[in-house]
Amino acid sequence: MHNRQAVQLLFELSKPGRRALQCPPCDVPPAPVEELLGSDAVSSAPPPLPELAEPDVVRHYTNLSTRNMSVDTHFYPLGSCTMKYNAKRNERLAALPGLADLHPYQPESTIQGLLQLLYELQEMLAEIAGLPAVSLQPAAGAHGELTALMVAAAYFRHRGEPRRVVLAPDSAHGTNPASASMAGFAFETVRSSPDGTVDLDELRSKLDDRTAVLMITNPNTLGRFEPNIAQVAKLVHDRGALVYLDGANMNAILGVARPGDFGADMMHYNPHKTFSGPHGGGGPGAGPICVTDELAPFLPSPVVARSGDRFALDYDRPQSIGRVRSFFGNVGVLVRAYCYIRTHGPDGLRRVAEDAVLNANYLLSRVKSTIPVPHGDRCMHEFVASAERLKKDRGITAMDIAKRLLDYGFHAPTVYFPLTVREAMMIEPTETEGKETLDAFADALARIVDEAPELLHDAPHTTHVSRADEVRAARHAVLKWTRSD
Amino acid sequence: MPYFFNTPDDRQAMLAAIGAGSVDELFASIPAELRLKRPLNIPPAMCEMELTRHVSALAAKNTGAGRKVCFLGGGSYDHFVPAAVDAICSRGEFYTSYTPYQPEVSQGNLQAVFEYQTLICQLTGLDVSNASLYDGGSAAVEGVLMCMGVTKRERKVVVAESVHPEYREILGTYLADRDTELVTVPAPGGVIAAADLDKAVDGDTACVLIQHPNFFGCLEDVRTVASIAHDKGALLVQSFDPISLGLLKRPGDLGADVAVAEGQSLGSPMSYGGPYLGIMACREAFVRRMPGRIAGQTVDRRGNRCWVLTLQTREQHIRREKATSNICTNQGLYALRASVYLSLMGPHGLREVAELCVQKSHYAAKRFAGGGTASAKGASGRFELPFVAPFFKEFVVRDKHGEVERLLAEATESGFLAGVPLARWYPSLVDSFLVTVTENRTRAEIDALSQCLEKAGSPAAGRHA
Repeated sequence: MHNRQAVQLLFELSKPGRRALQCPPCDVPPAPVEELLGSDAVSSAPPPLPELAEPDVVRHYTNLSTRNMSVDTHFYPLGSCTMKYNAKRNERLAALPGLADLHPYQPESTIQGLLQLLYELQEMLAEIAGLPAVSLQPAAGAHGELTALMVAAAYFRHRGEPRRVVLAPDSAHGTNPASASMAGFAFETVRSSPDGTVDLDELRSKLDDRTAVLMITNPNTLGRFEPNIAQVAKLVHDRGALVYLDGANMNAILGVARPGDFGADMMHYNPHKTFSGPHGGGGPGAGPICVTDELAPFLPSPVVARSGDRFALDYDRPQSIGRVRSFFGNVGVLVRAYCYIRTHGPDGLRRVAEDAVLNANYLLSRVKSTIPVPHGDRCMHEFVASAERLKKDRGITAMDIAKRLLDYGFHAPTVYFPLTVREAMMIEPTETEGKETLDAFADALARIVDEAPELLHDAPHTTHVSRADEVRAARHAVLKWTRSD
Repeated sequence: MPYFFNTPDDRQAMLAAIGAGSVDELFASIPAELRLKRPLNIPPAMCEMELTRHVSALAAKNTGAGRKVCFLGGGSYDHFVPAAVDAICSRGEFYTSYTPYQPEVSQGNLQAVFEYQTLICQLTGLDVSNASLYDGGSAAVEGVLMCMGVTKRERKVVVAESVHPEYREILGTYLADRDTELVTVPAPGGVIAAADLDKAVDGDTACVLIQHPNFFGCLEDVRTVASIAHDKGALLVQSFDPISLGLLKRPGDLGADVAVAEGQSLGSPMSYGGPYLGIMACREAFVRRMPGRIAGQTVDRRGNRCWVLTLQTREQHIRREKATSNICTNQGLYALRASVYLSLMGPHGLREVAELCVQKSHYAAKRFAGGGTASAKGASGRFELPFVAPFFKEFVVRDKHGEVERLLAEATESGFLAGVPLARWYPSLVDSFLVTVTENRTRAEIDALSQCLEKAGSPAAGRHA
């Protein structure tokens, strides 16, 4: 089924004179725009956009869509990203005109239903986190991290404590150190112990009066619950610093354990992961944060407040760090998260964690004989296999296996992360997959490692394009189409 | 439970394979004293029918742009969204995929990002675009931070008072823990004055941030601002309205070094403020300092043209604390919406939409206040336009009775979202509000709002809807 239209660019399909949208005639008496705007401001011609008919555009993008793997079409065990099923009901509800057609500066009297929904979401996120105060404003997980670190900075500034260092384990997501730098902190890495969990002695040696925050992912990026999390939190708190929980892996502990109960002072959620997003080909997400009462005054402004049966935006927050995003936040994503939580209820959310952990452990039990899983026979919602021995023995890398999986109709796991595991393959099946799919994936892995290394080096063989030359892309950067191409 | 697969038999078989006696046992690594020993205190589960009824009822309590006539703007706009945008962007292959880590099975998204980058370059007249940021506000801030990196000037940033007040607030938040002075240039006449700017910019200034058309809808003198900035070795960041570029000269043609925008106007619903997308384009020389994802063209092993994420050594997953930004994702689905919108509009469609905005907003200004000058007055003489600068699709109206709150409340009762009060951000404009007229508004709606405003405060007002 060759389809040339899919690989042509919009600009190559363009033909002068083609039109899609037609505007209605102007129904007010027109004046020359040069007179209204000043001739110096007006351009002689509109920007050189492509000219296309509507069927052109629809066929082009529909064909493009078929060149993606997605949760709707494929098993997508991309570790750390929680690629679970995205419920269609949430899409329909978020698109209701009573939600999608609201302007951010409408009077509060005209959005009482939405404010109620957002208020209830704040309450539910606080309960799930075990942390009482919530800001829905951050636009993504990394943005939530940054916001919480700004909250911490404001808190210490308020207390007159010049704490300027943020710590995180070497297994942390790259966003942790990057957020710390952006919030104006110095960053230091805490080396993990050989079993991949926080090394208490190493942590002790890093903690001092300059320490502001320890950022920790729990369950960690190896899919293990930090067994000493209570001691970790105590060590940090004893030195007057705060514990930040990177909530990327909340899927594993919904209704089972709460960050506030195991010592976190602040955390973010990734609603596009834990509460089924969707991921949108790379966004939008959202990054709501939850904090302790002590940190609440510093949260961004506004928050949703309730008085009786009326809901309002509370801007009267004199100690707030201010705004981190325009308007209220990624409301459409938050509506979907609300729908997801209301669909599951308390038992359902716990079942999410149980089945996510059951699926991951089952897959681990099937995979470990094919590709070793160095950090134990049990995991939470995900595990990290290592192709180090396969590489040594047969020259097969994690990348080879990842690429060959695409031929078998599976999206690849996250590879080469966390940085603490050589030839890492981070596998997260999520709860919205069945045993048959997990079996088929494990079978495919078993077949792949027996295939000829040369076959794997050249994989994938059945996709629209084969391995892309990423070095050339970076060296001779072509970042847009130009006519001469 | 709608999204689970495992039957009781599956669970047993899986536990047997694992060698565990129960699912509980799988959580053994969580110390008992740290576990939640009660059910979460959240409402019970709802089936799809119950949820649909419940959320629909909440939605029905809101009266948005479909039920009231929307003249609100200030960074989020009621522009028309063609059906094809929704049809394309509701394809699961787009919205249930993720960041294209595996280019071989993500060519759809990657090509779409490459096309988006090209469209944004065509729109702005600048050399390179990233794959999008969160929103217009964070894009403006990232633009400023990038300029601080490029110029190696950390001490001072100059911003116009006519830049969206929320964007300025975000900038203040981001700079709170740095030793950077944020200097605001006043805009008493709705635009900044060259002399004031000239005083504010010096050899320590990393960049000047302006908005054109600005928050009041007015057109700034971008060329002059650019030359003042450049004379001192500072860069110019221009926040723009994408729709305005159907008519106005492009940021790159006016001398801006970085162009940023709220992309919501390009085919996304208002959705009470998000999700939207932040647009960013800049000069070629800054590309390795740019925040966010970037797609680039290359070839595969068979020589086929294809696309990958590139220049990733700027990014947090490689550079960690030395990254150009902490941003991890883009706003993929909303960048796609913008691309589809621009493809459907084409140059002539975009020009027509921009022209309709200009014509209708000027007609409205005339109806409300008699024309574009401070001395002109509407029928009753109650309203006037405090600013004389040319405007694009929104304008500030002053109520000489000083009863903005009551006036807008009465208009709401009568079925109009009439304007954005400015007192929260501009104490000197306590008697003024911002009115926006997009191509979606009709002459009849403008006339009806004009009548409504004229009648407001009289005994008969607020009774008819």
